[in-house]
Amino acid sequence: MDLTTALVRFLIFPGLLFAVPAAFFLLWEERKAVAMMQGRIGPPFMQPFYDFVKLLGKTAPPRVGVGGKLMQLWPLLAAASAAGAVGLLPVLPASGGFEGDLILLLALLEVPSMCIIVAGFSSRSIFGEIGSAREAILSVSYNIVFLLAILSIAASQHTFRLETLAHLPNSPLQVMGVLAILICLPAKLHINPFSLPNAEQEIYAGPMTEYAGGELALWNLSHGLEWVAASGLVATLIAPQVASIGAAIALFLALTLGVVLLLSVVAAATARVQIDTTVRFYWQCTLIFAVLAIASALFMGFKS
Amino acid sequence: MCYCRRRSPWLFHMNSGSCNGCDIELIASLTPRYDAEQLGVVLQGSPRHADILCITGPVTHNAARAVRTVYGQVCGPKAVIAIGSCPATTNVFIDSRTLDGPLNRHVPVDVFVPGCPPRPDAIIEGVAKAASILAERAAQETTARPVGAIEPSASEVK
Repeated sequence: MDLTTALVRFLIFPGLLFAVPAAFFLLWEERKAVAMMQGRIGPPFMQPFYDFVKLLGKTAPPRVGVGGKLMQLWPLLAAASAAGAVGLLPVLPASGGFEGDLILLLALLEVPSMCIIVAGFSSRSIFGEIGSAREAILSVSYNIVFLLAILSIAASQHTFRLETLAHLPNSPLQVMGVLAILICLPAKLHINPFSLPNAEQEIYAGPMTEYAGGELALWNLSHGLEWVAASGLVATLIAPQVASIGAAIALFLALTLGVVLLLSVVAAATARVQIDTTVRFYWQCTLIFAVLAIASALFMGFKS
Repeated sequence: MCYCRRRSPWLFHMNSGSCNGCDIELIASLTPRYDAEQLGVVLQGSPRHADILCITGPVTHNAARAVRTVYGQVCGPKAVIAIGSCPATTNVFIDSRTLDGPLNRHVPVDVFVPGCPPRPDAIIEGVAKAASILAERAAQETTARPVGAIEPSASEVK
């Protein structure tokens, strides 16, 4: 991938120019789906955009010292890395990529979660600290399964190149891996039933409690970009290979919307579970499938 | 910007010694029957995220300082809604020695929603009015203060 392609992918498609409106759209879709599941009409189409602009116009409390400056840095870092992760998605056919971009994508997807952890601790709020501790525990729980699921798909093909993995024909192993990723996504995106770090009725807004104004707007944007990156990753993994660019984009959008709709409906239909139940769920119930998946992937790799 | 402010009022609900009647009605205005989210209303858990402070109750001595602290924590531009008759006039608790009300002795109130308790429709109308007041208010008028910067009032010092 040369510099021009990299810049186009990061800045235009599927990067910033596409990802920011898409993030607002997915945030709206999530709220609308939850509202409709509850028998409400829900927010208007432009609501996440209104919220974003309004937050930019609010005054934030003064941030002093190194801790204050770091507090301002975390949402910026989270939004930038989530946008970078979206830019790496192989949406277009023959869009170019490089060996190992899967590892970079996984690392960039993990940065917002780490930023949330440190942001909660640097805000020095007790609710922020509890939320951060929960996010850290959650991260240790779901990441094992999430990484094993993606690695099992990668190991069966002996490559860490996203484009190759995106163009795989559907196999039972891939279906199993995608299912495991889907199970991990509610925890990664902090939605029900694993909305523990920002559990509103228990710890107010968790790590975000002390954030206000433009910083909070950036957190919301980074959350939306995480939605695009995570649901887009699933969409690229399950999308069949098509030759034309228009069809590829349409297919990507349709699958992304489908994934978001599925996750929102699950979120609306479930209640929050306790942290120890969550840890038990991921370590006891889901891990065994992930281990089976990677074992069969390695076995297939040896055979071929 | 003004349009976005009017379309996205985030509320923080605070009970300053209320009997819970108004609190139930405020929650009822977010339920499927009234669905205030159509106006962009979201009930926030943290005062830092909120634009509009919804206060119920006649402001007891214990709650007065908390009301001023939370008002200081809401970032500007901000508006205050007094929900129910208690924060407006202290209602049936008038002249009680446990009270430090009404509410506008402590914070400037923009919208009063009278009633004991007010109907959810009235609360939603009050929120919509407060949102349009908020839209017109300049951002630099009110500035947020960090936690702990609230000066205690003269009555609390003695």
